[in-house]
Amino acid sequence: MNHEQAQNLLPAYVDKELSLSEVVDFERHFNSCTKCQLEYQEQARVSTLIKNNALYFEAKPELAERIESVITVDLSKAFPQKIQGHFWNLNWPGSWDGIWGSKGAIMASLAALIISTSLFFATPSAQEKLTEELTASHIRSLQANHLSDVISTDQHTVKPWFNGKLDFAPPVIDLTATGFPITGGRLDYINGKTIAVIIYHHNKHPINLYIWPNTSGDSAMHATARKGYTLVHWATGGMNYWAVSDLEATKLVSFAEKLQAQVSVN
Amino acid sequence: MNDLIKKQRFHTIVMPHLSSAFNLARWLSHGHQEAEDIVQEAFLRAFKYFDGFHGDDGRVWLLGIVRNTFYTWYQQNKIQTKSTPYEDELYGLEFEMTSIRDKNNPETKLIQKNSQRLLNEALCELPIEFREVMVMRELEDLSYKQIAELMQIPMGTVMSRLGRGRKQLATILLAKTENGGAK
Repeated sequence: MNHEQAQNLLPAYVDKELSLSEVVDFERHFNSCTKCQLEYQEQARVSTLIKNNALYFEAKPELAERIESVITVDLSKAFPQKIQGHFWNLNWPGSWDGIWGSKGAIMASLAALIISTSLFFATPSAQEKLTEELTASHIRSLQANHLSDVISTDQHTVKPWFNGKLDFAPPVIDLTATGFPITGGRLDYINGKTIAVIIYHHNKHPINLYIWPNTSGDSAMHATARKGYTLVHWATGGMNYWAVSDLEATKLVSFAEKLQAQVSVN
Repeated sequence: MNDLIKKQRFHTIVMPHLSSAFNLARWLSHGHQEAEDIVQEAFLRAFKYFDGFHGDDGRVWLLGIVRNTFYTWYQQNKIQTKSTPYEDELYGLEFEMTSIRDKNNPETKLIQKNSQRLLNEALCELPIEFREVMVMRELEDLSYKQIAELMQIPMGTVMSRLGRGRKQLATILLAKTENGGAK
């Protein structure tokens, strides 16, 4: 390597961005070149100076809140009924009119948002309580080593096990082919009722699927998070389903969708 | 349903990098209010295009959007590249300092504070094409590869800009120090 080539590579040497072979090549010249060594010291000095002394501007918490509220409102344009929370903290810089269309549209979506939010606050948080209860049950099932009462990877063993223990027959769906094998079943007590739990696994992550009869119409799939766990809820064919797991939301929803598809076929 | 999941994913992957976004925007734009507006708009854009993001480095992705948002804003406002920061802007810097270390000795503190002020002034005055790579490398600790991806330039360009930027910063700093740091 000649001096000019070494000079070009010098910043990467300072930043330890050269490959091992490049370093060997570089140092063959560098070790005998005083000019390169001085240049190196200068580059390293400036680098350290900035690292240690340049300001790091932290964002203020208010900015995070502002962004949160803006994103929440953006979401409400598609699904106004599903928005829960921060809506009073709005901030409308004029330059955004382009993004939003017109002020009228903003007002309309804002109105929809306020109405849906007040509806949300008006209903007692029965759903909230249930979510808490399911999360607690999920955690307990992991802690107490009491995940399954009947341990089997066969749906034809798990399904009859529930007979006589419940006043309904939970659908037991085999999803082994799609990467969600059944590992067992158990009874649990949720919301004042004895219910069925089918345990699935996905890459060592357990999924508790809670099932009980539903009295109030079908409901579409809906995901929430509690204490680091994901919960996906839907109701179809006269049954309530809650899937709880530490899997990431997209994975758990894909599980739920596969399951739902199978339930409607069976 | 998908929108709620989108929001949860956004929260996990993008929101944690708010400070990185703000720091970059603040160093690029020189102003607190401008930086906040840029970051806010960048987050809106990020959320809008989040479905198209399939990578694993949320920070690099977000910083790329912040940078683009800044340049759009910059062109609209036609700000002079080499404009010297305003007096009050630099006083503002002192209050926002978060990286001051080791300040027990009052004398050290004074010298340090003075040299810190000069350094930050010098970095402010550095042409933007050098300033941005310096901030990404030294303050955000990004690799050449990450910077190249973010700015969509070859890694060799990242390397040469860092080298030239450091040289130029040293020159500006030297000139300031020879003025006795008087302001």
